[in-house]
Amino acid sequence: VSSPVTFYERVDKALKDRALGAAMSRATTTLMAGRRRGFDGLAHADEIRDHARAIRAHTVARLGDYLRQFEAAVTARGGHVHWAETAEQAVEIVAGIARQHGCRTAVKSKSMVSEEIELNDALEKAGVDVLETDLGEFIVQIDRDHPSHIVAPIIHKSKEQVAESFRTKLGATPDDLKDVPSMTAFARRALRAGFLKADMGISGGNFGVAETGSLCIVTNEGNGRLTTTLPRVHVALMGIERLVPTLADLGVMLQILGRSAMGQKLTVYTNIISGPRRQHDGSGESDGPDHFHVVLVDNGRSRLLGGELAEILYCIRCGACLNACPVYQQVGGHAYGSVYPGPIGAVLTPGLRGLGEWSDLPQASSLCGACREVCPVRIDIPRMLLSLRDRSTEEGETPSWVTAGLWFLRYLAERPRAFRLAQRAARVASRAASRDGWISFVPGHLSRWTDRRDFPALAPRSFMERWEARTR
Amino acid sequence: VKVHLLVTCLVDSFFPDVGFSVVTVLERLGVQVEVPPGQTCCGQPAFNSGSWDDARAMARHLIDVFGDSDVPVIVPSGSCGDMVIHQAPELLHDDREYGPRAKALAARTHEFTQFVVDVLGVTDVNATAAGRVAYHPACHGLRGLGLDRQPKALLDQVKGIERCPLDDELTCCGFGGLFAVKMSEISGSLLDRKMASIERSGADTVVATDVSCLMHIGGGLRRQGKPVKVKHLAELLAEKRS
Repeated sequence: VSSPVTFYERVDKALKDRALGAAMSRATTTLMAGRRRGFDGLAHADEIRDHARAIRAHTVARLGDYLRQFEAAVTARGGHVHWAETAEQAVEIVAGIARQHGCRTAVKSKSMVSEEIELNDALEKAGVDVLETDLGEFIVQIDRDHPSHIVAPIIHKSKEQVAESFRTKLGATPDDLKDVPSMTAFARRALRAGFLKADMGISGGNFGVAETGSLCIVTNEGNGRLTTTLPRVHVALMGIERLVPTLADLGVMLQILGRSAMGQKLTVYTNIISGPRRQHDGSGESDGPDHFHVVLVDNGRSRLLGGELAEILYCIRCGACLNACPVYQQVGGHAYGSVYPGPIGAVLTPGLRGLGEWSDLPQASSLCGACREVCPVRIDIPRMLLSLRDRSTEEGETPSWVTAGLWFLRYLAERPRAFRLAQRAARVASRAASRDGWISFVPGHLSRWTDRRDFPALAPRSFMERWEARTR
Repeated sequence: VKVHLLVTCLVDSFFPDVGFSVVTVLERLGVQVEVPPGQTCCGQPAFNSGSWDDARAMARHLIDVFGDSDVPVIVPSGSCGDMVIHQAPELLHDDREYGPRAKALAARTHEFTQFVVDVLGVTDVNATAAGRVAYHPACHGLRGLGLDRQPKALLDQVKGIERCPLDDELTCCGFGGLFAVKMSEISGSLLDRKMASIERSGADTVVATDVSCLMHIGGGLRRQGKPVKVKHLAELLAEKRS
């Protein structure tokens, strides 16, 4: 979702939005406290995280093998696997499946990949009505908004704002809006009608299990289970990296996913789906879809394999790095302008799409390391932000005042005498401009420092000068 | 014990008293301090801004200045410490000459409070100060070097002060080097948040183990006319009253 305004303009807008600030502060504080409680109650949490990281690293290192194994296992259970190299191919595959089975209405459970490939617009154009059934995504859909968090799509909204959307967009009555349970019941009625009507269910996939060809989908609302069992066709969208080798490995992942995302030991619904409804093999299953399709989406991921950003493919989309990030907490997800916001998005977006219009994202970090600390699979996000900054410089995306300034610093740093001379010159200038040792305005690019803070003048005598005097 | 002080360019240029406080505390503990001449900047600004070739050049200069002895190198900054201990060896990984030397320098480099507490085994440096003191854990020290227990243990033994914990302690102050300039608005909003937390704590002094964060927080406090002082932990530890 590229936006017409620049990153700086979006940030400016976000920082001025007091309601947004309050919503973000409240939600991220709650989510972080939940995460802490979730992990406090988990024995050997560090070892489990190490184990989970090892599983992800192993899977990504041998991704080709596991993808082939997964495809064979899905096919053996009567499902179909489709490969999409690009977003365009992915939406064309889904539209084709709808045509093939004559589907006109689809219900969707939450899928960030579907946001990434902009599936809803494409399906509407192909004549398929799409209803988002995750409560947050449903609200995003009626608002014609975009999710601002990968797990909690409407983290940027207050319940009052949601009530307003229900009233103006869906004609909810004051009685429907009198409290949160009433609002949820109102949404549930609207969604239930959609579920009963739909002939296609579209889901994401939290994990694919290579050995069994199973798909694991976790939700807290039950909408995922309805989406994948009621309609006669189920299409699951998944990034190619979202595999684990075995069901035992899946168990390790589930121990950390819910805890990292919401502080839950396990999400309310954990669905493990292995193929469509079995009718002809004697098992005579009476529920489940007739047709099961998995669309494996590359869309730039395979280019990251083997490179310095490969580790980002370990991500299990828990959202903990967003909640922990002070920058995300301040500006919210929309400011990033990308489908994936926050620290993970600041690496993944330029990684998948190239730096270009996304070159500001890796700069939007103080490198405080909070994301690395909470990542359940210990992805070194700051390290990758730094790699992207280095790549920015190589590709000429770093402003010249930064590269020239740092080149000059290096020139001086390698020449202690020149360094001392420059230090003396800076001292004279800064002391002349200072009052009580502080400067309130620095010209040039550094004026952005003095917009908000005073800057210290250099000391009358440097440490090295005083030290030489002391030891002489 | 003899040590080499990596004074850091910010302490050298802006806050020389911090350097002398480090010397005072170390000498009080019987440590002999030497300051290798020719030291300039460790290269972190260039590293963090993506000018890695420049950062490598500065790291090589630093390695030359500190030579190849076994003398411990003490740095009064978690951020420069993280650069020397973790980033420089990684940056110079493929450099046949400087790669191994970067690793050797990293192995003998210690952040100041880690050296005092973990290596010397001292938490009471016989300091007496005054005031209501809040501790701000600087991010690179906290998450890069695991610095938390050591500064707090040292603070616990300072006589005459009242501790005022920050409720938003673990959140970055928004400094982040050039981030504070490139992304001044985001940085400034984090600074406001940190200053609000400081105000709620009732502290009259904020201490940290990095002058970079203190320069940021101090510059913000001064701009807003707040009477709160900022001090490097070493300055507090150097204070001694009769």
